[in-house]
Amino acid sequence: MIGRELREKGLPYLILGPFAIVLAFPFYVMVITAFKNQTEFYDPSVTPYWFGKHSPTWANASFLFHQTQYPTWLANTAIVGVCVVAITLVLALPAGYALARLAGRIGQSLGVGIFLTYLIPPTLLFIPFFAVIKQAHLTDTIWSLVLVYPSFTVPFSTWLLMGFFKTIPQELEDAARVDGASRLKTLTRVVFPISIPGILTVVIFSFSLVVNEFIYAFTFISPSDHKMVSTGVYTDLIRGDLPEWGAIMVAALIPSIPLALLYNAFLDRFIAGFTGGAFR
Amino acid sequence: MQRVEALAAARPRGRRWTNVFERQGFLASVLISPAVIFVLVLVGGPLALAVWLSFTNATTGLHGKWVGLENFRHEWGNPAFQHAVWHTFLFTVISQAIVLVGAGLIAHALLKDFRGKWILRFLILLPWAAPIALSLMAWKWMFDTSYSIFNWTLVHTHVKGPLDVPQYLAQPKLAMASVIAVHTWRILPFAVVIFLAGLSSIPKEVDDAAAIDGATGFRKFWSVTLPLQLPIATVALLFGIVFTATDMAVVYILTQGGPPPSFSTEMVTTWAYKTAVESGSLGPGAAISLFLLPVLAFVSIGMLWFARRTEVS
Repeated sequence: MIGRELREKGLPYLILGPFAIVLAFPFYVMVITAFKNQTEFYDPSVTPYWFGKHSPTWANASFLFHQTQYPTWLANTAIVGVCVVAITLVLALPAGYALARLAGRIGQSLGVGIFLTYLIPPTLLFIPFFAVIKQAHLTDTIWSLVLVYPSFTVPFSTWLLMGFFKTIPQELEDAARVDGASRLKTLTRVVFPISIPGILTVVIFSFSLVVNEFIYAFTFISPSDHKMVSTGVYTDLIRGDLPEWGAIMVAALIPSIPLALLYNAFLDRFIAGFTGGAFR
Repeated sequence: MQRVEALAAARPRGRRWTNVFERQGFLASVLISPAVIFVLVLVGGPLALAVWLSFTNATTGLHGKWVGLENFRHEWGNPAFQHAVWHTFLFTVISQAIVLVGAGLIAHALLKDFRGKWILRFLILLPWAAPIALSLMAWKWMFDTSYSIFNWTLVHTHVKGPLDVPQYLAQPKLAMASVIAVHTWRILPFAVVIFLAGLSSIPKEVDDAAAIDGATGFRKFWSVTLPLQLPIATVALLFGIVFTATDMAVVYILTQGGPPPSFSTEMVTTWAYKTAVESGSLGPGAAISLFLLPVLAFVSIGMLWFARRTEVS
């Protein structure tokens, strides 16, 4: 009996433990390298799994913030993220609601259709976009990205919001309508306020799609001071012909950790919205 | 409820105007059409443009001469392209096979409640939650020619001498294995999320009923759990196929399709990128990327079939 209980209790750890170690290992290396003294990277007598006697140090972080364009890339990413999220909400919020509530069966099909466009990947679209953006003289500015990124955030967010709105009880709206509120008022005063957790989820996931994007940012923008975090860290943190490994790891950790925390905090809501559209 | 009453008290003033918005169909189309038009212009437009470009010899910009199917014909017979298709196939099939098994296991374990679940889930989801171009830098460092952490370990455990350590991104077969491993690492947590989403929609009663009927262990797994998993696994697989066959970031950042001269990790995506952007042949590049359309069509049909199936049940 005791053996069985132990097996039941220990099983999750036995399965998840090894997976967690393997999956998180690169991030562990990132942390160690980020705070390691430069000379210790290249010294085989110092273990790569831990610090040597000159570490840990803030030198890499200080180099990153004082002698590279990293702060500019962060700012660019933030600006693009905010603009794209704003455009996305303006388009996806009304559409998601209407698809869930007003459009009936056609709404469901249209919703699936919009979602399918999310599957059309940047690798198919970057060539025509590249041609158009060159023609419009938008290359090398972050506005080209503000223009292009909603092409994947809008379909994605519309689908999620559609799922969220389906989980809101219809009775709430009916009550407001019976009391004489117009449809638009019901929408802005009743539906949107109780959807704030869902809307926040969409904001976070759209923003993280923007920070994640690589191909468009890499293709459209070459001057260093107009780059995004994901491209700048990859191309520009090189001194001589050696990558600045320490600074690169600091640069990678700074956006990754908060995004990962938010991702985890909102994951359950994400799942609710994602399946709300599909399984109901 | 107070709020609702307040709303009722505030009677609509501009009557005639409001009345239009009270018509369900009208309001629906007003709310939906901006998004639909936007998607048509920003996704449909470029897609159409890609098709148009693929029939021309455009270099940069939109001006090219119509060449008919020449671009497609040329790529079809091009060994570089044929290899890229084969690599993309391997890359997709191997990574997805590992992902499905791993994600199923992880998701099931995560359904239970236990101490420290939050931190384990956090660690497991990290590769998907962190921006890929940034986390790939850690892999580049771990695969470094001279200072790889894996090779340091091999040398210090005397498995390999310092001079015959593997070069993870420079040996053709090993480079392919590395790229597949890293992509699997990246996509596995995403599949876990899809599995969790699917599992959360299975009613708990099914489990209880199986328990009452005395189904346990392997038998329960085979006749209850597995059939219920199938639709979820299908969805995870369909997403996985799209996100793998059309992914460029992992391969481009790690190997750029290399190592030369064999270019053993060249994918359809990197080959399209090199042709269109690096060599400035937009027409042929567009044609190459359009070879991915059948994959997308297959996945879309799968998704539609799935959407319809759940609607019926």
